[in-house]
Amino acid sequence: MGRVLPTLHKLGAPLARGDAQRARLAAVPLPRNFESALASGGLFPLRPAGLDILQINVGKRCNQTCRHCHVDAGPDRLDIMPRAVLEACLSFLERAGIPTLDVTGGAPELHPDFREIVTRAWALGVHMIHRCNLTAILLPNYSDIPDLLAARQVEVIASLPYYQARETDAQRGEGVFQESLVGLRRLNALGYGRGTGLVLNLVTNPVGTYLPGNQTALERDWKRELARRYDIQFDRLYTITNMPISRFLAFLDEQGRTEEYLTRLANAYNPTAATRVMCRTMLSVGWDGTLYDCDFNQMLDLPMVALAPRTIFDADVAALKSREIAVGPHCFGCTAGAGSSCGGAVA
Amino acid sequence: MADRDHYYHQHDLARFNEIERGAPELAKKFFDWYGAVFAEGALSAREKSLIALAVAHAVQCPYCIDAYARDALEKGSNLDQMTEAAHVAAAIRGGASLMHGVQMLNHVDELGM
Repeated sequence: MGRVLPTLHKLGAPLARGDAQRARLAAVPLPRNFESALASGGLFPLRPAGLDILQINVGKRCNQTCRHCHVDAGPDRLDIMPRAVLEACLSFLERAGIPTLDVTGGAPELHPDFREIVTRAWALGVHMIHRCNLTAILLPNYSDIPDLLAARQVEVIASLPYYQARETDAQRGEGVFQESLVGLRRLNALGYGRGTGLVLNLVTNPVGTYLPGNQTALERDWKRELARRYDIQFDRLYTITNMPISRFLAFLDEQGRTEEYLTRLANAYNPTAATRVMCRTMLSVGWDGTLYDCDFNQMLDLPMVALAPRTIFDADVAALKSREIAVGPHCFGCTAGAGSSCGGAVA
Repeated sequence: MADRDHYYHQHDLARFNEIERGAPELAKKFFDWYGAVFAEGALSAREKSLIALAVAHAVQCPYCIDAYARDALEKGSNLDQMTEAAHVAAAIRGGASLMHGVQMLNHVDELGM
């Protein structure tokens, strides 16, 4: 792979810190704050509607350094979820009867216990989602991963910014598109995305400072173009709004477009999308076991509100279901237009 | 009236609906119709966005180019498609000029020997 950018962490950039990002976002003048937007629809304070998904971020290590990455993931990020935290996550998953385990990163397969996570989730009978960047599975020592995913019927949600090289490589690094095609073909060859029951969903983030388009229309175009150009199939396309966090926030600042972008998100506030934001049905666990309302709050070091359980070791279902969800200006990213979540548009 | 050193101002695009200050019933009809025109129909919303982008170039409307360059990207179009749309506009504009050359030929044939 060609370009691998240094992470904000490696650069020692101020925005590498979550508190610095929160301060930057708080300093942006907006037409209204997120709390008042929620309140206008009777949604403040925002509370859970259930607990359907446990999303664990097993570490920030990744073989790519995408320009929009809200995790600031990259090859130099060495924090990985320790064994004790992983065990606590799997124990809570079983104890709480949560039906879905969503494994994210970084590139989750680079975690030394990733194979065991797959096997244990299968043994627990939970549905597992693997968030795949399509190129880590091509690395030496990881080529067995696709077969394992298929054998354990893991749902793959793979990130691909666009169906051609220029846009994909602009966001993810030179040469990433061609490698991603290899990864997609490998998954298709195993039956993924071909109606066999092995689910391959794609995720696209806009390659720039604009909002994602209509998910259904884009999916139709993508299916046609990926089939026509490369004979590649997939199940669903999820559109995800670029979140003004970490590297994308740094990019916005570099472009001098932070206020414009956040204002656009705030002006596109959709109250229907707000009722369906993912934090209402999921729980996010950081690599060190800290609990968050979502992966975005995790990267901002925005913890759960006081009185809610703080780590996976003291997670309590009843307390979690009655908590207030911590929000901030970045949350406009999940409520703009058709909304945005780890499962794509929500409204 | 600040900021009058240029005729067009990017931020004025967001003020388009202020046109309803006069003849509001016409503005309402226009915006309702406009919305219906761009809805998904026999043509997809993405195709209509590309047509709009091409026409924006043909009529050389800076507001329309701003709006539909963004809209085309949001609808999933890429730079190649958008550039081809601009070329279509340019080809029709250029072709329209050149096609009038036949009028010229008619005159030449009439006036000449």
